[in-house]
Amino acid sequence: MNFYGYKRPDGRVGVRNKVLILPASVCASDTTRIISQQVVGSVTFNNQLGCSQVASDQQFTMDVMAGYAANPNVYGTVVVSLGCENCQMDLVVEAIRERTNKPLKQVIIQEAGGTLKAIDMAVRYAKEMVEEASLLQREEFPMSELIIGTECGGSDPTSGLASNPLIGQLSDLIVKEGGTSILSETTEFIGAEHILARRAATPEVHDRIYEIVHRYEKALQLVGEEVREGNPSPGNKAGGLTCLEEKSLGCIHKGGHSPVNAVYDYGKQVEAKQGLVIMDTPGNDPSSVAGMVAGGAQIVVFSTGRGTPTGNPLAPVIKITGNKLTYANMVDNIDVDASPIIYGTKTLESLGDELLKLTQEVACGKQTKAESLGYTEMAIARVCNFV
Amino acid sequence: MLNAMIVEAAKDNVIVAIEPIAKGDTVTYNCAGQEKSLTALEDITIYHKLAACDIAKGQPIVKYGEHIGLAARDIKAGEHVHCHNLEEHRENLDAKG
Repeated sequence: MNFYGYKRPDGRVGVRNKVLILPASVCASDTTRIISQQVVGSVTFNNQLGCSQVASDQQFTMDVMAGYAANPNVYGTVVVSLGCENCQMDLVVEAIRERTNKPLKQVIIQEAGGTLKAIDMAVRYAKEMVEEASLLQREEFPMSELIIGTECGGSDPTSGLASNPLIGQLSDLIVKEGGTSILSETTEFIGAEHILARRAATPEVHDRIYEIVHRYEKALQLVGEEVREGNPSPGNKAGGLTCLEEKSLGCIHKGGHSPVNAVYDYGKQVEAKQGLVIMDTPGNDPSSVAGMVAGGAQIVVFSTGRGTPTGNPLAPVIKITGNKLTYANMVDNIDVDASPIIYGTKTLESLGDELLKLTQEVACGKQTKAESLGYTEMAIARVCNFV
Repeated sequence: MLNAMIVEAAKDNVIVAIEPIAKGDTVTYNCAGQEKSLTALEDITIYHKLAACDIAKGQPIVKYGEHIGLAARDIKAGEHVHCHNLEEHRENLDAKG
């Protein structure tokens, strides 16, 4: 199976063709918003971090910034920094250059002479990039070029019964096509980690699965907190999920039945053609999705029970629910109704084939509902407080 | 008409309502090709769980064929199973993988 995408100079293939206005820190985020508003075809996001962070937190932020610039849905990037933040321009540029050779421009607000001059420079750089990007034509590529990020949010019991198994079916089909599927959300492996560990392709991957689960639990305990205090959420519980184990056992269905070939840390570059892999991300949706998109996912497949509008600045997000009431209630936000799996009116296999076709169409340019509504919110995972 | 489902027929002791169920309703589900029925002892919100059999206090609650917690008190077949009668329990799963 093939799709039409954009070839990048680093050899990867995008399904969108955007210019990224990248804020290196919170102090550049309002500026990138103003810049992006002036440049049709550009995207940005609100980076709340980038300064006053401990080393491990700064690494998360740097990996997401570099990964976003390198994501194949991006034609090129204009980095905007304030000038004095911890995520210094040269560090950000170096991190991006380690991942990709795509077009890159830099604007430092303090050096440019303030807001208006920085905006003027960045808008001109970005407009030029959008013009270049608009000349690109889509070419035919095999589905093996795709990296799919999988996510669940606002889960309820239907997530484990229908929408996550459907994502798992898609994941297995993508793996069969030679592509990559990322299973995420370490907090929602808790109580189901043994099932994933049994599917590890190597003893190293087996041990890494336990390691990321224990590391996550321990990190929260170090600050006197427990993962269960906010997970399941009030909405999960109102929907019928009682405890974290039940949520996790439903969550891991997104990984289908393929062997787990690798475990990646948050936001790290995921290689293409890897089959099923895991990324260590939080259960928080926008930051988990951001980690996978930074890893190179061109498309995100997202299940929900309660209903959620979540999108992403770079990757189209395909929304799926197994809850027939939620589908009827939030049809403006949700692309796929998986509830026929529960009621036996359609099989998992036939809906899986339909979802693969939709994924191919989205790869070719079809807008998802989150895209058409303009949803671009995101977050970056964190370890601890600011310093 | 089926108004509930079981995930792992051979192991689970809870079932999931797939329609709204009222107290006294007959709950019917397909268990490995065989239709099984019980009476709901209380109203069950759609997609919430109810006990498929009596579960004694301290016994594991099983869904997806796995332990999701322990019965915080004796639970009768047809009772709603949720935060009020399930005690969370973190098992050490290292040896199970």
